[in-house]
Amino acid sequence: MAAELHVELVAADRNVWSGEATLVVARTTSGDIGVMPGHQPLLGVLESGPVTIRTTDGGTVVAAVHGGFISFADNKLSLLAEIVELADEIDVARAERALERAKSDTDAAAERRAEVRLVAATGKH
Amino acid sequence: MGAQTRVYKRRIKSITSTKKITKAMEMIAASRIIKAQRQVAASTPYATELTRAVTAVATGSNNRHPLTTEAENPTRAAVLLITSDRGLAGGYSSNAIKAAEALTARLTAEGKEVDSYVVGRKGVAYYGFRDRKVTDSWTGFTDSPQYADAKMVAAPLIEAVSQDTAEGGVDELHIVFTEFVSMMTQNALDDRLLPLSLDRAGEGTEDEGKGHEIMPLFDFEPSAEDVLDALLPRYVESRIYNALLQSAASEHAARRRAMKSATDNAEDLIKSLTRLANQARQADITQEISEIVGGANALADANAGSD
Repeated sequence: MAAELHVELVAADRNVWSGEATLVVARTTSGDIGVMPGHQPLLGVLESGPVTIRTTDGGTVVAAVHGGFISFADNKLSLLAEIVELADEIDVARAERALERAKSDTDAAAERRAEVRLVAATGKH
Repeated sequence: MGAQTRVYKRRIKSITSTKKITKAMEMIAASRIIKAQRQVAASTPYATELTRAVTAVATGSNNRHPLTTEAENPTRAAVLLITSDRGLAGGYSSNAIKAAEALTARLTAEGKEVDSYVVGRKGVAYYGFRDRKVTDSWTGFTDSPQYADAKMVAAPLIEAVSQDTAEGGVDELHIVFTEFVSMMTQNALDDRLLPLSLDRAGEGTEDEGKGHEIMPLFDFEPSAEDVLDALLPRYVESRIYNALLQSAASEHAARRRAMKSATDNAEDLIKSLTRLANQARQADITQEISEIVGGANALADANAGSD
């Protein structure tokens, strides 16, 4: 069996994505972290940022995660966040509008949220 | 139509329309329970994962966090009571209020001052009528609470817990809500959120002796303290969110049951009133017949006399 890890991407009010993966990259408060199967047990605080999951069938799942936690133990990885949006759920035009608005209001948190959404949706890292 | 019959007919008509209303409310509540139950189920993965993470940090690190350690002399406690905005749900709100009263009495007996936080118009009205002090209250979302509502409720509570007791903070945080057991059973219960009692935080850890569910040694990113600092507010929010959702489901279930018995009672009432109305109508007819017969007899007698 190829090495794989089980991923649960969970938002406060729903289970967003779950499945097998070979690599998960997420952004913690101290920088990006990549988790592969057999990683040491880990518990970290996530920053607003895109999460990239490389699935076992070669596909890639990208999601925008706004705050939350990453925990890994026994080859099970869970990503918890209050708000999680999969890349294909994100309305790019709306995110762009939100970004404009946040910039004009100088609302740093909203600007960051909109940026993360755009990064996740357009795949530009 | 006799006067008596008319009165019965009028009452039957009014009860029939009441029955229609209660029946409609019953059906609406029944459809909402399903939705509320689904929401509870959808929020469970997050809550379980979060609880596991909290347990992992709390057991895996030796540091003492103010939110996990019990104060030596707890002097003040916060009680969050969750009731409904609307009535007509049987004993739903009053059961929750009763549970909160019992908890408050117990805490007071232990020598703690109690700060009350109330969700739902019914609870606010109860405290307002009795002129009790309510530290903070929220209304308007008990039907279908969102995560943002839970965040809003949790914010002042977390702030109160992290504050020093001397400056108006609290040592303990309790929550009173109605647990949704099944369509037929809902229990009002109280629960201590903070300080964390570890046996509750990880319900799975009871199995530790059996050799599984041993917490691995975690690597904390950036540090155990920071992780715990970030985790605990989320944990409180998620517990409050879960309590709000369960309460909403319980409210709908309680309302469905109350409206079902109201509909049943209306049916019984209509049945017995119909019997009475029939009786009265029959009595009217009998009287009319005997009047006609009596009149005819009198006429015949009079005619026979004149002949």
